[in-house]
This record gives sequence, C-alpha cells and structure tokens, in this order.
Amino acid sequence: MALRQCAIYGKGGIGKSTTTQNLVSALAELGNKVMIVGCDPKADSTRLILHAKAQTTIMSLAAEAGSVEDLELEDVLKIGYGGIKCVESGGPEPGVGCAGRGVITAINFLEEEGAYDDELDFVFYDVLGDVVCGGFAMPIRENKAQEIYIVCSGEMMAMYAANNIAKGIVKYANSGSVRLAGLICNSRNTAREDELISALAAKIGTTMIHFVPRDNVVQRAEIRRMTVIEYEPTAKQADEYRQLAIKIRDNRNFIIPTPITMDELEELMMEFGILEQEDESVIGKTAAELAIA
Amino acid sequence: MSQEVDNIQPSYPLFRNDDYKENLANKRNAYEERHEQEKIDEVFQWTTTKEYQELNFNREALTVNPAKACQPLGAVLCALGFEKTMPYVHGSQGCVAYFRTYFNRHFKEPIACVSDSMTEDAAVFGGQKNMFAGLENAKALYQPEIIAVSTTCMAEVIGDDLNAFINNAKKAGHIEQEFPTPYAHTPSFVGSHTTGWDNMFEGMAKFFTLNHMEGKAVGSNGKINLVPGFETYLGNFRVMHRMMKEMGVEYSLLSDPSEVLDTPADGTFRMYAGGTTQAEVKDAPNAIDTLLLQPWQLEKTKKFVQNIWHQPATAINIPMGLQWTDEFLMTISKLTGKAIPASLELERGRLVDMITDSHAWLHGKKFALYGDADFVMGMTKFLLELGAEPSDVLCNHANKRWVKAMEKICSESPYGINTQIHAGKDLWHFRSLMFTNKPDFMIGNSYGKFIQRDTLYKGEADEVPLIRIGFPIFDRHHLHRMTTLGYEGAIYMLTTLVNAVLEQLDKETRGMGTTDYNYDLVR
Repeated sequence: MALRQCAIYGKGGIGKSTTTQNLVSALAELGNKVMIVGCDPKADSTRLILHAKAQTTIMSLAAEAGSVEDLELEDVLKIGYGGIKCVESGGPEPGVGCAGRGVITAINFLEEEGAYDDELDFVFYDVLGDVVCGGFAMPIRENKAQEIYIVCSGEMMAMYAANNIAKGIVKYANSGSVRLAGLICNSRNTAREDELISALAAKIGTTMIHFVPRDNVVQRAEIRRMTVIEYEPTAKQADEYRQLAIKIRDNRNFIIPTPITMDELEELMMEFGILEQEDESVIGKTAAELAIA
Repeated sequence: MSQEVDNIQPSYPLFRNDDYKENLANKRNAYEERHEQEKIDEVFQWTTTKEYQELNFNREALTVNPAKACQPLGAVLCALGFEKTMPYVHGSQGCVAYFRTYFNRHFKEPIACVSDSMTEDAAVFGGQKNMFAGLENAKALYQPEIIAVSTTCMAEVIGDDLNAFINNAKKAGHIEQEFPTPYAHTPSFVGSHTTGWDNMFEGMAKFFTLNHMEGKAVGSNGKINLVPGFETYLGNFRVMHRMMKEMGVEYSLLSDPSEVLDTPADGTFRMYAGGTTQAEVKDAPNAIDTLLLQPWQLEKTKKFVQNIWHQPATAINIPMGLQWTDEFLMTISKLTGKAIPASLELERGRLVDMITDSHAWLHGKKFALYGDADFVMGMTKFLLELGAEPSDVLCNHANKRWVKAMEKICSESPYGINTQIHAGKDLWHFRSLMFTNKPDFMIGNSYGKFIQRDTLYKGEADEVPLIRIGFPIFDRHHLHRMTTLGYEGAIYMLTTLVNAVLEQLDKETRGMGTTDYNYDLVR
C-alpha cells in the first residue's frame, strides 16, 4: 500500500490531538504502520502514544545542537504504543520567534532524513488549530498530506472554523493534489449534532466520516497519558475510534471543497436552532435604547 | 584561444578576437535557443514606442530597478557618521555583506559593519541568542564606543524586539549596562534607504537625549545643528563645515562620515575616523535649532526635534543651487544673528558669474533626472535657475505631497511648464520616457548607463547621455568626493552639466568635412 499522508485541522481545543492519537492507535491495532507529526509549538500531539508529558521536539534539539543539520533522525523520532512513530516539530515560546517557520524547518528535516520510509502506511499531521500563517499550511503543500480531515462539533464557532479551513484548502487544492477527505464530528452533546454536521458536510461537498460520541473514558485514559484503545480496549468508545479508523482506511471520497458563505452557514444554523433568527432592528442599540423602544 | 603571459587582456578586448567570437556564437547556437536577430530587434523597437510606454506605465505587478535601496543600508550610513561607532545589523549575514559591498563599490573604502548572522534556528526561536553573542563579540573584537543596531527583513518578519533583546543582553552581562546601544527597527520591505537613515538618526537622538532632557534649554549652547540625511557626497559635509566656520557659527554636524569614508593610505588602517561625538549629540537639545538638510527624508527626525528637543526645526529646502543656498544661509544668519561673510558673498558672485557665462549653452537643454526626493528636487530647482528644462523628474520613494511641491516649483518657472513628475515609478518607466520624450541628457546614478546603451542602440540621434550625479556611482572614480550643496556644489554641478553639453556637441560636430564647420576651438 502506498503511503497515505493525512492532515488533521480544526478549531483550537476541539480535540484534534486526542482524536488523532486514538484514531492512530486504532489504525496501528489494525496492523498499519503509522507516524504522527505534531505541528504545534505546544508539542502535545504524541503524549498519549508515548506516555510522556511532552516529547522533546526537533526545534528544541536543533537549538541545543546548534543547527538542524547537526541532528539525526533517531534523535527526534520516538516509538510508542503499537509501533507508532512519533515526532514533534516544536517551536518557540509564545511571543517570540516564528512558530510557522519551525514547522517548515521540522518537516523539511524529516524529508531530508528519510523519515517517510516505504514501510509506512500512514502519516498524520496534527496541526495547530488556528492556521495563522503559511508555516502551518506546510503539511498540505505539494507532495505532503493529500487528505485533510477537519475535526468539528455542533457548536457555532467550530463550524465557522471548519468552513474557513475548507476555504483555505481550496487555495491549495486548485493548484495541487490536496483534497478534503471528510469531517470528523467530535461530539459536544449539542442537539441534532450528527444531522447538523452531516448537513454541513453535504454543503461543503464532503461527508461526515464519523460521529464520535462523548465519553468520559477518554478523559480517564488521558489522565494516564494513554489512548482509550490502549487503556480500555473493551470500552464502547474504543470501538468508535476503531470504526473511525476503518472508515478512514477505506475512504476514497477526496474532493475539492465548496465552502459556503457566511449567510448560508448562518441559515443552516438557524435551521437547526443553533442561531436564532436575527432581529436587525436591535443591532447597534444599547440596553437603555431598547428599553425605551 | 588562451591568454598570452606577456599580453593578458581583460574580457574586452579579448572576446573580440575571432576565436572567441566563433566560440561564443557556437555556444549561442547550440544551447541558448536564441531568437533570430530580426525578432529581437523588432521587440526592442517595440519597447521604445509610445504604445509600449502606455503599457509600461499601466504595469501593476512588477518593479524593474526602483532606483532606491533598503532601510538598513541607510541606517548603516547614518551610524558610520558617529565617532567610533560600529554599525550592527541584527539579522542575516548576506544582507550586511551587501551593505558593505554597496558602499565600498561607491566610496572605494573598506566599510566596517557587522551582523549577528541569524540562521534557521534563530528564525524559529527569535534572534536573542545571536544578539547576546553578537554584541559581546563586536565590542570585544572591534572596540567601538557605540554599537548602532538596525535590522534586516528576517528579524522584522518574525517580530524580534530590539529594545528587549538589547536590554536582556545588558542584564545578562554580555555588555555593560551603560554601553551606548542606540537602535532602530529598519524593515527592508518598508520605505527605502532614506527611511532607514531617518529611523537610525531618531534612534541615536533617542538613546542620547530622550531620558536626559532635564536641564536642557533651547539655545543655551548657541549652536545650530545640521542633520544631513542620506548623504553620500563627502564634499557636502566639508562644505557645511567650511560655510559655518566662515560665518562664525557654532554648529554640530550630526552624523558626519566624511573621514571614515575617505581615509588616507599611509600604512595605518583606520576602522574608525572622525565622526560626530557623543558629547555633541548629548548637547544637541541645547542648540538654537536643528536644520534638516534633506527635509523630505527626515520626517521622524523632524518630529523628534520638535517634540522632544522643543526646537522649531525651521523649514528649509535642500541647500542646492543658488536660491536655496541663499535661503539656507539667510535662515542660519537669522537664527544665530551672525552676518553672512564677504567670503561667501564672493563665492556666490562667482557662481552667478559662471551661470551667466554658461547660460547660452544650457538654455533650453532638456534634462531628465531620477534619484532621492530631496536631491531631484534641488536639482530641478537648480536646472530652472540655469534656464535648463527638467523634462522628467522621477523618484520612487516620494509621496503625493512631494509631487505637489514639485509641481509648484516647476509652475513658477517658464522652464518648468512642461516638466513631468513621476513618483513611485522605476527605471524601466524612466527608460520608456527616454525614448519618447527624448531629453538631451539624463542625470542620475550609474544604473542609467544601461538606458544610455539602449537609446544608442536605437540610433545615434536617440542616444541620451548619462550625467553621473547621485548614488551609487560605481563606474566612475572619486566623484563621491565632490560637492553638490552650497555655492560650491552648484559650481561643481554647473561645471559638470555644461561640459557634458559641450562634449556632446564636440562628439556630434567632429565629422570630418560633414559637421566640423561647428567643431569649434572656442565654446
């Protein structure tokens, strides 16, 4: 099987890292060779696989050694649960330097050092929630991730973010081979969440690949720095991640997204009762003014 | 096909030998996929037309030689004008190699300037470590008394904070707390070399005066401060010293690199020479006023002088040509109460005499010019005074206010009514104008020589000769030592202009038996 490279995007705090690590564990359980590349200066994309607080990152090692050229692959690549290869790009403390450049440097290093070997089946990039600059689009540049999964939930801001990411993908998709591969709904237990995300997915031109229900076992596992797959393989939630893994493994529905306008998105949310019909007469009025009216 | 030891030749005339000609032709035919000469000529002719000019002036996405350089280059020149000051550029090494090269090609002098060589990890984590080591090393190796820090694009794009980094370096003991480290953020992708000069000067003024304004009183030292801006004619610094001395005016020339950029070959290398002292900068707020010799490029400096030093920064024009030198000296006289001495009156009289001597040759001659905002404005003014006609005046970094001021200057003279002002345009626009407006000469830096070559290729009658006044001048020697400001500067420029006219006339009239009836001994 040819190497498939997938990038996971989504609003900050939506559960990208947790979902990715559980998903990757399930893929490994199915016998796949997988690598995770964390593309976030926080470096929390591999802790559940490695049972570590935070993996030593490429950039921090480079800073220690003097330059990236002084590093070797085995310095930065750690192997965790299920033989999963783990790498964190790392980056500067908040407020200094350039985190985006860190992602670019790290991924270039991995390519040059041959981290993407023939034995791998999947590479997953877990990318910082807010794609604030070109550096965080590095994983979807030419010859890298070709499938993008967006993690979202039935909350308004998560859907805004998903639609915005779809807009970003269009820019790269038109000139390259990167495609949207589906939405992963990480449930927040909002009303009619699965229908809503399915409807959003349909409008963007893709599908909701799986609905991951909310379950406290995820948190219990996380406290132990483990995935559910490893911590409690018999849990119902573990099966959910297994289903997600199988669906992604068998997924062939890769498309150039058709992001919708703000108006369309708001309409959709109103339809599902997330957003109330806007009363334009109150816009820009203070409480005092409204009381008089 | 090889060199002979006893007759080593440079590329010209070597490549005119038959074997080289043949070799180059073979290479062209085999590898270059060159178009037919006819096609090349057709396209060339098209680029000289009015039709092409219109397309060219509607160009949106491309700049071809903007006739300006980047901010840190200006910051480095400003820093070089202060005593024992090492210009220090926070950012990439290559940028600094470029600044040094650019200046030493123009001044034919070694240029002292260091960088802290940011590399890939510095780009990710920020350049604080580089700043720590850089400041410590620069001070230990080169023993400067001031390190003036500016930045390249790389440091600016990632948002490195000079103030924080420099203070952290001091706190961590890399250099002493009290060591002078003026700084300026100079992103290359904003403004131009003149912006960078202005920023660095403000940084200097800030460092030495901002927190030391107590006890300062405007006029208490009886001096006049002169701020040159991005100035590369060393004679212009010297003429300022001379004029002020002849007037008996106490003054400070704030930033004066005329020594360090003109050191003698006497067996001793001087990394530092001359320059404005720290004491003079600290004393600057006590002056009667600070005059900005190139006001269009010193916006920040002007604000600083007015708001912090509380001096009026009396408005002047660049003291270039007759009237604006008069006004400059009269302003100084008015501010200081010192009379303009007979020696300067005599010098002025000589200039006026020269203008009348040469006016018949310059009258109605058309000149197109490009360069910095203040320079081209001063030159325009001087050309009008000479009765010459500025046909096109181009400045890439100038703003709309400048365009209006230029239009006003031109409208006040019968020689300026046809002058076209081009702000934000580049030398490729200028090239079009040379073919369509066909001025008699162009005035500018060395880059104009390629336009001259192109105009000659169209035909001898279309050639627009270049008169080299400006910066940089890489292909003629020692012109940077000349003077363009004051009466002295006007004398140099007039000499240059009128002799360019006469040389061109000689060139056109030396045809044996055809035009040599006008090939006169006396002009």
